[in-house]
Amino acid sequence: MAQDSGTRTLISQAQLERGRGRVIYWTLLVVVVVAFTLVFIGPLYWMVTGALKSGQEIAQTPPSLFPKDPQPQNYVDAWHNLDLAKLLFNTFYYATGAVLFQLVLDTAAAYSLSKLRPIFGNAILGLMLATLMIPAMVLIVPQYVTVIDLPILHVNLLDSPFAIWLPLVANAFNIFLLKRFFDSIPEDLMAAAFVDGATPLRTLWSIILPMSRPILGVVSIFAVTAVWKDFLWPKLVMPSPETRTVSVGIYAFSGGTPMNVVIAASVIAAIPTVVIFLIFQRNIMSGLTTGSLKG
Amino acid sequence: MAITTVPGTTRPPGRREPYPSTRRRAGLGRKVRDNLTGHTFLIGAVVCFAVFSWYPMVRGIVMSFQRTRRGETTWVGWDNYTRIIDDPSFWTAWKNTFYFTVLALVLGYLVPFFVAILLNEFRHARAYLRILVYLPVMLPPASALFLFKFYAYDPSEAGLFNAVLAALHLPTSEWMQSPGMTMPAMVLASTWMNMGSAVLIYLAALQNIPGELYEAAELDGAGIWRRILHVTVPQTRLILALLAMLQIVATMQLFIEPLILANGAGTGDSATSVAYLIYQHGFFQNDLNGAAALGVIMLVVLAGFSAVYVRLTAKQD
Repeated sequence: MAQDSGTRTLISQAQLERGRGRVIYWTLLVVVVVAFTLVFIGPLYWMVTGALKSGQEIAQTPPSLFPKDPQPQNYVDAWHNLDLAKLLFNTFYYATGAVLFQLVLDTAAAYSLSKLRPIFGNAILGLMLATLMIPAMVLIVPQYVTVIDLPILHVNLLDSPFAIWLPLVANAFNIFLLKRFFDSIPEDLMAAAFVDGATPLRTLWSIILPMSRPILGVVSIFAVTAVWKDFLWPKLVMPSPETRTVSVGIYAFSGGTPMNVVIAASVIAAIPTVVIFLIFQRNIMSGLTTGSLKG
Repeated sequence: MAITTVPGTTRPPGRREPYPSTRRRAGLGRKVRDNLTGHTFLIGAVVCFAVFSWYPMVRGIVMSFQRTRRGETTWVGWDNYTRIIDDPSFWTAWKNTFYFTVLALVLGYLVPFFVAILLNEFRHARAYLRILVYLPVMLPPASALFLFKFYAYDPSEAGLFNAVLAALHLPTSEWMQSPGMTMPAMVLASTWMNMGSAVLIYLAALQNIPGELYEAAELDGAGIWRRILHVTVPQTRLILALLAMLQIVATMQLFIEPLILANGAGTGDSATSVAYLIYQHGFFQNDLNGAAALGVIMLVVLAGFSAVYVRLTAKQD
């Protein structure tokens, strides 16, 4: 933060505080704050209030700024007709499982790669990081074929939550984030634990994990939002109406449902991620920048 | 958290073992055991990578040279590729995808950079502005796109955009119903949804620029534009190059925007993207092998971009 650390940016502090600079600065600030509020909150306002309008009012020109005759019934209809309770529960269930699987398996892997460093560890890390270069769309067909008939086991994972949970464990970005964090934990600490007779598992559980709460939080939040935002993969592997996620469910209903009801459902579907964001925005933003920046 | 017991990690009491990384003159047995422990921690993630990432990569390439009909798989050489390329939609899809990528580079790449530069100058309302910019990133894309589809891109003057344009006495647009506006409209929606992460990454990069550089440039009489051009851009060029690459890879996979905004192909095939074609072939035309071939083509094209990126960034260092 510029004013915190006292470093100067493009324009010097002195210039912004004096005469003309000051006027321009405050004008620009007000303009930007208003414009950004309109651009980024405006559509959300439009969405929430638009879903309250009647079908007739939506089609009216020019559109009304406030719903004249609010129809909360649209939200009720969305909730019942699309069975949103079921859809939200499914999505929540997949998100929770994804967090657990990623925390356990990716943390264990990153710990091993960072601290235990077994033979071929670097080669494995390299292969994992290489998957970051492969676009998701390229893998979608062979991944689907794999999931409907798992190699060796010959199990079909369609409509099973494992079809969402397990592929998400193969997340090289998480491994990279966690490993970088573990790398920064001093080796002496590990050695001390080891001299005291702690097993690697005990060291991970009692020393590493308690120190890693911030990064574990970031990984968990990203896991939840990834599941909540994902569309094509859950659409393919969760074909039954009973197992759909909320985004896929809304899409499936969008054809034959009045559009204000679809929008009402979209608003409800967006509430959890927006709330998560408003609560954890600091962790999310710091996680985003540390992970991508100092590679 | 359920961590299963790890075999080979229990040691007889009283025996003090050095930490693996500090081990010296360790016996062969212990070395083997330490490695085994390490791999036990790795195995869960490695299996997931193997089954859901590494194996599908190979399988995709193999599949693209095979054809499965009524449960029988045969090798067909380049047949899938020729069939895919002969599909009239193939070239349209590539043309659309490139067009989207280029438009998204102009809008979705430059805008976040200048927004970040602007936000970095403000001493007030910083947190608020950041939250605003990042908020759309947190919306499920399907929700945001239905908003655009029904309320913003409504072709009559009841739509949000047309209402604003009409109020300003500007010509209104048919948006998704006019082939010429389909792509710009999709880029606009996509940029609104996604620019938050780029802005935050740029902001972090901007904060790492030493202030003395700006001071020196200012003493040399460089104006704001010249300071951006000669200090900001060179200082952030690695991040700029990296994000350009990531954005190209992301936009080339354009899928959900055409699916929701344009019901897939759009007016006069104006929205068909390569990723949508993969989806069509694989899951509607029962041609998983053709879809795999198209995936391989996409991988090759993107690998080409990556190679260019590596060449360009390597030269600068």
